[in-house]
Amino acid sequence: MAILTSSIARKVAMALSGLFLVFFLLQHMVVNLTAVINPETYNSLSHFMGNDGFVQFLLQPILMFGFIFHIVMGIVLEIRNNNARKIKYNTYKGNRNSSWMSRNMIVTGIMILLFLGLHLYDFWFPEINYKYIETNPLDLERYYPHLLDKFADPVRTGIYCLAFIFLMLHLWHGFSSAFQSLGWNNKYSRAIRGFTRFYAVAVPFGFIFIALYLYLIQ
Amino acid sequence: MKLTLKIWRQKNKDSKGEFKVYPIDGIEGDMSFLEMLDILNEQLINNNEEPVHFDHDCREGICGTCSLQINGQPHGPDRLTTTCHLHMRSFSDGDTIVIEPFRATAFPVIRDLVVDRSSFERIQQAGGYVSVNTSGNTIDANAIPVNKHDADESFNSAACIGCGACVAACKNASAMLFTSAKISQYSLLPQGKIEATERVLNMVRQMDEEGFGNCTNTGACEIECPKGITLVNIARMNREYTAASLKKPLSNSWS
Ligand code: SF4
Ligand code: FES
Repeated sequence: MAILTSSIARKVAMALSGLFLVFFLLQHMVVNLTAVINPETYNSLSHFMGNDGFVQFLLQPILMFGFIFHIVMGIVLEIRNNNARKIKYNTYKGNRNSSWMSRNMIVTGIMILLFLGLHLYDFWFPEINYKYIETNPLDLERYYPHLLDKFADPVRTGIYCLAFIFLMLHLWHGFSSAFQSLGWNNKYSRAIRGFTRFYAVAVPFGFIFIALYLYLIQ
Repeated sequence: MKLTLKIWRQKNKDSKGEFKVYPIDGIEGDMSFLEMLDILNEQLINNNEEPVHFDHDCREGICGTCSLQINGQPHGPDRLTTTCHLHMRSFSDGDTIVIEPFRATAFPVIRDLVVDRSSFERIQQAGGYVSVNTSGNTIDANAIPVNKHDADESFNSAACIGCGACVAACKNASAMLFTSAKISQYSLLPQGKIEATERVLNMVRQMDEEGFGNCTNTGACEIECPKGITLVNIARMNREYTAASLKKPLSNSWS
């Protein structure tokens, strides 16, 4: 219950779910990279993740919960924070004391959420449809062609790249911010911030690279 | 110096306020910002107009009474400076200065630029103290050893004057910098550790009840704080709160 009422408990929950999603991103990017390195590996990894009971019925629901929790809590906090200042300032100089990224987590977050809708439409729904609704026979080779098919479209590739930029901005503040929320502000914080910022750029850049690569080879 | 002041005027808590523009002349660089407002008020009184109400007391940067959002920044453009210590040399001839009250739902405007900051007092009352018996058997302060580092840190936190600039600066109007400073100043000292669990839980609960926003770690508060209170305090509070919430249900307290 405390999670629903106390500001700090919410903040800690936001940080923990955020860190979990950050870790998931890395895993996702590494799997995607195999599509560049070796499509066969990509196919077999995809097949494994799509059919292994542990991944499907334990990890996937946990991931979904993590996403939904982070999103819903983010929106709840945003509403509460807006109510904390009902009358706005006439003159407000946010950039004098804080970064754009830190002040616009809801904006970058919503952009990522919109992208997530497209992403599920592109990959998750067709997969569920294929496996559970049409109950097609197993086909170990179908994943890579489906991926190529999606990234043949320049508009879609562009939208994906743009979304990764928003992801970058979101992570730039969010990843290091999670440590502060958990109470980690000490002599290691500079190093942590350095690492989180590197991560915030490197991982989305990896995704962009993969998307462009898949588009350009066709 | 010739200036144009754009000041928020509001009759009382319930009335709708608005900005009024006042030209002012003859301002010197070594006047303080509040002196400048004093001069404006004298002029207004001479013209049979209502003077601008603003908060002030010590005028030496230690009481935390002065406030004001000046050109979009609490306590104006200078770092580590309260409004009473802000000099007019920080502005230049011909400037337009927008002066607003601190804005937060938990800091309602009472009149013009004066806001009600008693929400801060209620947070303090919820646990910002140590229970000591002072009836004739006071113990020598030096009887309890405190290491220098903790003593200094505690002193730094205790430098918070409760002005509310952190709330005013925060895009979420969060009071976490203030609350965490008030928690830290005790939690670092042995005397404060005894009631630490209850203190952090009660003060944070009061902070939330007052309607302050949630901290999103933008860091605006520590930049604008006239007393240099840092985010380290908030991290400490988060840590203590998390530990206290886990510990409380296991303790044998009945409250
Ligand atoms: S933390 Fe700083 S800005 Fe906030 S009330 Fe204390 S002195 Fe003022
Ligand atoms: S009037 Fe006391 S701090 Fe400014």
